[in-house]
Amino acid sequence: MTEKYNMPDERGHFGPYGGIFVAETLIPPIQELNAAYQQYLKDPEFIAELDADLKDYVGRPSPLYHAERWSRELGGAQIYLKREDLNHTGSHKINNTVGQALLAKRMGKTRIIAETGAGQHGVATATVAARLGLECVVYMGAVDVVRQSLNVYRMKLLGAKVVAVESGSKTLKDALNEALRDWVTNVDNTFYIIGTVAGPHPYPAMVRDFQAIIGRESKQQCLEATGRLPDALVACVGGGSNAIGLFYPFIEDESVKMFGVEAAGDGVATGRHSAPLCAGRPGVLHGNRTYLMADDDGEIIETHSISAGLDYPGVGPEHAWLKDTKRATYVNITDTEALEGFYALTRMEGIIPALESSHAMAYTMKLAPTMNKDEIIIVSLSGRGDKDMQTMAKREGIEL
Amino acid sequence: MSRLAAKFEELAKTGRKALIPFITAGDPRPDFTVPMMHSMVKAGVDIIELGVPFSDPMADGPVIQRASERALAHKMSLRRTLEIAIEFRKNDQLTPVVLMGYLNPIEAMGYEAFANAAQRAEIDGVLTVDLPPEEGLECSALLKARGIHPIFLLAPNSSDERIKKMAAAGSGYIYYVSLKGVTGAGHLNTADIENKLQQIRANTRLPVAIGFGVKDAETAKTVANLGDGVVIGSALISKIEANPDDFEQAKNEIVELLASMRQAMDNQVQS
Repeated sequence: MTEKYNMPDERGHFGPYGGIFVAETLIPPIQELNAAYQQYLKDPEFIAELDADLKDYVGRPSPLYHAERWSRELGGAQIYLKREDLNHTGSHKINNTVGQALLAKRMGKTRIIAETGAGQHGVATATVAARLGLECVVYMGAVDVVRQSLNVYRMKLLGAKVVAVESGSKTLKDALNEALRDWVTNVDNTFYIIGTVAGPHPYPAMVRDFQAIIGRESKQQCLEATGRLPDALVACVGGGSNAIGLFYPFIEDESVKMFGVEAAGDGVATGRHSAPLCAGRPGVLHGNRTYLMADDDGEIIETHSISAGLDYPGVGPEHAWLKDTKRATYVNITDTEALEGFYALTRMEGIIPALESSHAMAYTMKLAPTMNKDEIIIVSLSGRGDKDMQTMAKREGIEL
Repeated sequence: MSRLAAKFEELAKTGRKALIPFITAGDPRPDFTVPMMHSMVKAGVDIIELGVPFSDPMADGPVIQRASERALAHKMSLRRTLEIAIEFRKNDQLTPVVLMGYLNPIEAMGYEAFANAAQRAEIDGVLTVDLPPEEGLECSALLKARGIHPIFLLAPNSSDERIKKMAAAGSGYIYYVSLKGVTGAGHLNTADIENKLQQIRANTRLPVAIGFGVKDAETAKTVANLGDGVVIGSALISKIEANPDDFEQAKNEIVELLASMRQAMDNQVQS
């Protein structure tokens, strides 16, 4: 029998993970946010407004596409792509920013802040802020500002202020630090839209709930198309928002295997990677307890990945719990393998995936051939590759 | 009686307020810290907050962030910070030392191993910025059992309920963060602090040290009049930054600033 899954508990714990680990000044705004979130989650008017936005503004439902040619080529399971890349702004990130922005509006906040790695969450935040006429500041590591310059320009076009963060490793984790510092300084009028299922409670649960539409639609679409549940789900995991969005509605369906794909960078054995679930240890960072990339002294170590969106030393606490309970399996894919996934999907199906999603594609290439032809894999195609054109062209020695 | 309790009792008897400097262990170099601590005591400080460097100091402004980065570049760690405390204690049995830092280095060491190590190093209090009392029960109990005070923060937006919670969970003193923001930021609003202190006093008898935004003798004097102690951090560390090639000069400027604060605070109380 499948057990009822009802994580997290009232204080945001997923077993030993999650929780609220923040400085005292952030406790009142977190309590305020949690109260608003609990209230509006059950408010039919709020839900109706959110559903309308997801349909007419985001473009949902996103298709579940049967990649027939690629499935045939790999010679195993039937591969279905959940097309989050077709959402407005080009990734799953908008599902969450639309929801949090509606909350911000209900709470009377006039200023929005966000952190971003690849820039997809930053763009999705700047987009909803523009639509609602809210001031928007996006923190982005200085390294990422360079490697995702196209998204920086998009955010600026949308009226957001993009702050290049020069501290620490100058990537996503440092952008999160800086956003937390901003929040602590401007708590009264500011709403912090966290882009992933990390941070202090209620963020991991709230972002999951806004992203769970990915899994709900997938389940219904799969049943409609094939008359049955999938056998496996595959999604890339940085912080883990698209993965939890896909997994969550299937957690109680025990026959459905779940695979979270972390970024192995140069290879987990080299130490130059971003795979805390595969090769990290539990610790506390950014408001929650989870698996982290840290040294013996508890200092956070630098991460490496070809994809800015996966270049993060932590991971959502719910993934830590799903790993420990073995409900989900976490694997890793190197930069080189991710590029193979990138080219394969592009050439076999005419779909250019984001480098983040390419990790899920690469793992699918390993998994599908081990399965039968009547089995089904749903892969989260979390974002489109437009933002990575400069990076890819540069790798190929082409000047754009 | 603990070293911290004795210190606040002695201060209360003489009608003085605690001067509490914060420096980051190992900044700018590991061998700078112990002599700096002794010099600060000579300059008239009462309690020393010793910062444990962390790679991701989320509640700190740029000055203390860079202090952490300099210390970490010299492989400073929680373990080595405790060694510094042991070294200091060899020649100073009286001045309380409070560790201030973030939770992950403590998690990595393990709560019990940390509590034991802190006891061996004769640490008097531990303030963990990102460990609120709800999550901190286990760690606090281990510290308390070893005579070490768990010290908690209060902020301008803390409710009566939070203040009561801190008063019950914490001991030694309350660290009141005088402004919404990170360390070293902004300007103090005396009236706001005064109001909040009244609210805090109505809920706890613990001494209240005030920090964040204390920059010089003038602000120290103002703040000393409102609370039981004054914490100064970023303004001291700025002296280290201003003298990157001359540590002796940095030390002299820190001592000079602390001495001027001491004098201003004592005059205030007497006048």
